[in-house]
Amino acid sequence: MEPENKYFKDRVMELSGENVDLCFQCGACSSGCPMTQEMDYLPSKIIRMVQLGLEEALESRTIWVCTTCFNCEVRCPRGIDVANVMEALRQLVLRKKYDRVSLDELSPEEIRELPQIAIVSNQRKLTA
Amino acid sequence: MTRLAYYPGCTLKTNAKNFEDSTIATAEKLGIELVEPERWNCCGTVHSLSTDDVMHHLAPIRNLIRVEELSNAGAVDSKQVVTLCAMCYNTLKRSNMVFNEDSDRKKKIRDNMYKEDIQYSGNVEVLHYLEVLREMGWDKVKEAVVNPLNGLKVAPYYGCLLLRPRGIGVDDTDNPTIMEDMVEALGAEAVHFAYSQKCCGSYNTVHMKEVVADLAHKILKQAEEAGADMLVTACPLCEYNLGPRQSEVEKRYPVFKSIPVVYFTQLMALAFGLGEEAAAFAGNKPDPRPLLRDKGLLEE
Amino acid sequence: MENNAEIVTIYVMGKKHKVPGDLTIMKAMEYAGHQFTRGAGCRGGYCGACATLYRKKGSYKLEGALACQKIVEDGMYIAQIPFNPAEKTTYSLDELRPDANTILEYYPELSRCLACNTCTKACPQDIMVMDYVQASLRGDIEQAAKLSFDCISCGLCAVRCPAEIVPYNVGQLARRLYAKYIDGPSQHVLDRVKEVEEGKFDEGIKELKNMDKAALQERYETREKILE
Repeated sequence: MEPENKYFKDRVMELSGENVDLCFQCGACSSGCPMTQEMDYLPSKIIRMVQLGLEEALESRTIWVCTTCFNCEVRCPRGIDVANVMEALRQLVLRKKYDRVSLDELSPEEIRELPQIAIVSNQRKLTA
Repeated sequence: MTRLAYYPGCTLKTNAKNFEDSTIATAEKLGIELVEPERWNCCGTVHSLSTDDVMHHLAPIRNLIRVEELSNAGAVDSKQVVTLCAMCYNTLKRSNMVFNEDSDRKKKIRDNMYKEDIQYSGNVEVLHYLEVLREMGWDKVKEAVVNPLNGLKVAPYYGCLLLRPRGIGVDDTDNPTIMEDMVEALGAEAVHFAYSQKCCGSYNTVHMKEVVADLAHKILKQAEEAGADMLVTACPLCEYNLGPRQSEVEKRYPVFKSIPVVYFTQLMALAFGLGEEAAAFAGNKPDPRPLLRDKGLLEE
Repeated sequence: MENNAEIVTIYVMGKKHKVPGDLTIMKAMEYAGHQFTRGAGCRGGYCGACATLYRKKGSYKLEGALACQKIVEDGMYIAQIPFNPAEKTTYSLDELRPDANTILEYYPELSRCLACNTCTKACPQDIMVMDYVQASLRGDIEQAAKLSFDCISCGLCAVRCPAEIVPYNVGQLARRLYAKYIDGPSQHVLDRVKEVEEGKFDEGIKELKNMDKAALQERYETREKILE
């Protein structure tokens, strides 16, 4: 079966360095993910969407709530680093001048309270 | 005294100064002099996962150049750097691996590294302080204890980046024991609980703090129900999400029972009898001192 | 005055000109007929108004300089950056605390710094810009103030920063915090002010006021010179 958008699928695999075709939908990644209650599509579902070349994966909330905790990477029986795939999907959106979080939305009190590590990592993962 | 290069990371100089102060004191007691490079920069956590990215590796590699410069100048005894923050550890180590394993990116990183006196050789080894302690031997740590933390039930909280991805951590991801060994060497009782490796919510704390509050609640509740008096951690972001963010947890869960969260080196400083200033508990929120006084481990 | 310098070719905003090779970019542009209404100030390398970007012939490197200081070279491609769009945040210095996180609070984009050193590369004053930005990020106000001392806010660093930080605004806040809260008052200035208020210099000033031009000139020319 040909993926709907082969270019998209190839680009995700290239950016992430992962072969999503290895996934057989066991769901182990989803069961270990700490953020599933905030997601619209489960991690395993996102992988399926990439396999099928479905660009809607880029519009999901899932890729933005991922904390890159690598629980999925550790659990995958086929050795896929799901976090890398999430990052690739984020990058495809971010590289088009999109910022998920803007520092302008935070109040000065909030910024004052947060440790550097939080702001640095937040900006690194979620902004262009 | 062995001289070891030490990379603090931004937060260790501000919100997590207590982590740094307690570490320097304990290291000295163990015969290690931590040498901080005069110039260093933010490591730029979190590690960039895209296979084509070069820009985000400049910051970590630049720090490794600093370490190499220290080693070349004879200011330290080895080409190693020790760090305390689990996120800095992961970022520095993984960028080091990218540099050494991807020859195309290695060249690009070198070309874009303006403006350094030396080219990075790739030979610096990135270590976490826990690894250094384990290498030294837990017996040595035990020998330095003058105030054993008897009766204190401590739940080690590993978080994510200390152990993951597989193979890039300080211990086995499935059955780690390094933090338990450390706790027991100090005379305390290690409490194992199911969520010791569950993510605290990480950088989502900036714009989704309710979600972090939910995760923190789960983790702290589990630890408390398993019998823990307090948690120890090795990451300033985990400490922030599980400690100061407890005010957010209390908003959402009024019956929440608060337990303190401290850095593992603070307990070490306490056990080594280095005094209140070294243990630096004044910077922790919630304050662990009432609990420690109740246990007779801290003077009034 | 004869100018025996070699004639070189420069390109100003794409237009070709032939100018003497020993002139600064600013003088060369005026030689070619440009009239500066923006982008010129003290002409002495101190005000930061004449920030200029250029490329040299055959080189891909983008370089930055002050037009009033940099001497032209053959084949230079020049563009001026007389204004850098940057909002300086408003703060009341009296209400600020010199805490570690103060600078980060007003310029949270500091967290985006990639440590790429492009700012240092662009700086015409040889300042270690990345280092003072990093010092500000981790709350080392003293280091940030000392390293950014020579900054003249020309804006070249801000134009090139990929993280969209405006280093000179950050440095300015650091220096202000340092001077007001950390460095402490300059005792010699305070002492002198006290002396003035006590009337120590009243006699001398009165004497000078009552002199005629010739006497003043003589007094000036024979004044005591302090040797360095």
